[in-house]
Amino acid sequence: MLKVNNIHAGIEGNEILKGIDLEVKPGEVHAIMGPNGSGKSTLSSVIAGREDYEVSQGSMEFLGKDLMDLDPSERAQLGIFLSFQYPIEIPGVSVSNFIKTSINEIRKSKGQDPMEAKDMLKMMREKMALLEMDKGFLSRSLNQGFSGGEKKRNEIFQMAMLEPKLAILDETDSGLDIDALRIVANGVNKLKSKDNAVVVITHYQRLLDHIVPDFVHVLYKGKIVKSGDKSLALELEEKGYDWIKNDLQTV
Amino acid sequence: MSEDQILDEVTQSEYKYGFVTDIESDKAPNGINEDIIRMISSKKNEPQWMTEWRLDAYHKWLEMDEPDWANVNYTKPDFQAISYYSAPKKKKELESLDQVDPELLKTFEKLGINIEEQKRLSGVAMDVVVDSVSVATTFKDKLKELGIIFCSMSDAIQEYPELVKKYIGTVVPKSDNFYAALNSAVFTDGSFAYIPKGVKCPVELSTYFRINEAGTGQFERTLVIADEDSYVSYLEGCTAPQRDENQLHAAVVELIALDRSEIKYSTVQNWFPGDAEGKGGVFNFVTKRGIVENDAKISWTQVETGSAVTWKYPSCILKGDNSIGEFYSVAVTNNYQQADTGTKMIHLGRNSKSTIISKGISAGKSHNSYRGLVKIGSRARNARNFSQCDSLLMGDQCGAHTFPYIEIGNQSAKVEHEATTSKIGEDQIFYCNQRGIGVEEAIALIVNGYCKDVLNKLPMEFAVEAQKLLAISLEGSVG
Repeated sequence: MLKVNNIHAGIEGNEILKGIDLEVKPGEVHAIMGPNGSGKSTLSSVIAGREDYEVSQGSMEFLGKDLMDLDPSERAQLGIFLSFQYPIEIPGVSVSNFIKTSINEIRKSKGQDPMEAKDMLKMMREKMALLEMDKGFLSRSLNQGFSGGEKKRNEIFQMAMLEPKLAILDETDSGLDIDALRIVANGVNKLKSKDNAVVVITHYQRLLDHIVPDFVHVLYKGKIVKSGDKSLALELEEKGYDWIKNDLQTV
Repeated sequence: MSEDQILDEVTQSEYKYGFVTDIESDKAPNGINEDIIRMISSKKNEPQWMTEWRLDAYHKWLEMDEPDWANVNYTKPDFQAISYYSAPKKKKELESLDQVDPELLKTFEKLGINIEEQKRLSGVAMDVVVDSVSVATTFKDKLKELGIIFCSMSDAIQEYPELVKKYIGTVVPKSDNFYAALNSAVFTDGSFAYIPKGVKCPVELSTYFRINEAGTGQFERTLVIADEDSYVSYLEGCTAPQRDENQLHAAVVELIALDRSEIKYSTVQNWFPGDAEGKGGVFNFVTKRGIVENDAKISWTQVETGSAVTWKYPSCILKGDNSIGEFYSVAVTNNYQQADTGTKMIHLGRNSKSTIISKGISAGKSHNSYRGLVKIGSRARNARNFSQCDSLLMGDQCGAHTFPYIEIGNQSAKVEHEATTSKIGEDQIFYCNQRGIGVEEAIALIVNGYCKDVLNKLPMEFAVEAQKLLAISLEGSVG
């Protein structure tokens, strides 16, 4: 589904990613872990196509298409969803209007008619129930005055509505209390299928107790330095990132 | 084609209403003098008092200077190079739309204004002004049953001279300002509405203005009178054809809200703003003012996207006790457009209240200024004002300016002013992009969100049109 080959990328001439290889297949859950500044968020931004980042080397392919040819909205229309670490406020645009616009623009890109209002409302109700969200949410201005937890829940709500092929969750666990974490993780798990894939970016093991990864990758100084199964996350949690750092130094 | 060229082609939407309808016109020679004014007055078969009123205004105008305090730069019009009268030649008296010049109907079609559809679908009575002479007035009879008068200003002068004489120039005096004086001297037509005591006007009164004849300045005069305990919602929308020379528009709108009445006046203005290089475009110098008596209310809502230069301050004189004035405005400038717009709220009555919500959006190399005055008179005990002036900048070559003036003559007044300036962030656009929303749609979404408080005040069908206009006006302004 997603093939990342030897990606080098940076911002303003500063190379942050120094050769990343990653392959994600349908039905898989990947976790990317790493200390602050290792390039985790850069990787998600580069996959989503954020223009601030310059890709100097390597290639990326999604569903057989070269991602470098596509702008961010086209990538999203193909089914790449990024749950933002810091969701953006858009004053005066309600959550429901935003999601409606998003769904209908994606449908338009596929030559489909806009979704019927009543079908959309029904879907919104279902997904809100899944994430234990309050109805009043829909009419609020997007992310404006939302608590950290509400913002993250809203991201997952959008993901539930858009049903992407590949969801990248960028530190979705930060800012969530234990209950909210469980609800959000539950939501993600219910949306998982053999046809879609999830990439979870996180510092901590705790989210991975709920969303169990098939693969864990450790990112350090712009490179994936270690890959393994879910036990790698537990080992990291136990030994800390210094373990990786020391390990690398001795090598 | 390079990527840039493709991008340009996709994003630069030319003014869509740029065309000239070919109608044979009855046109006055260029220039202004007493004879021209007498000619206009006699063409319109006006009574003597009206002719004299015009001449008086002309003499006042001669002694006035064109104002230059506004934050706009333009080449001052040559007032002797303008033709002050132009009327489509009518073959016969028009009784129904079928008799309207088919060329005119085609024009409306191009604009997406199908009068029949408008009549049928929205229940809006239309007084269509094309080049100074009203050619179609509908719903007139139906309104007449309620005693509501809605007609062209020319007809009003013929049929209701006593009402016109009583109220014209009482809110905007002939000598009020340079353009108002000019308008008073040479106005050719406009709309007139009178709502009798206790009547709630059941339809939204609507006028589509249109400048049609090349080189013709347009001087509209609108007078709306809401008698005691009445209500009316009035819509005004504009669009003009594309051309190279500048067109002057100097309208005067007077609103009179008598005791316990309410006037809601909504405008969507989309006149040719000039091309991407700033060439051409309409000069829009408008005086709009209302007088609000006891327990009455006037609400101005405007969405301004057009014109090369805009100079416009819809205002309220809150004369009565417990009177209410409201001003909700969205002003968009792009490319080389300049707008200096705002409002004046003059509080004279006790417990008078005013609200000002102004949303400016600047893009391209444009300049957008808010200029507002809140004045509390010495008699206006417990007057209240709330002002909010927000500016939104797109790109780094445009300007937003705010000039709020506050004069307080009564210690019990409470005046609040809030202002913000923001930019459409790349973060916001990327966030939308990441949800499959393209750049143009993202800007439209963000801008409409920003303007929501104002758009909500517009009647439904107008709000939809305004949203589309905002999107069109800002196409190609980012990225």
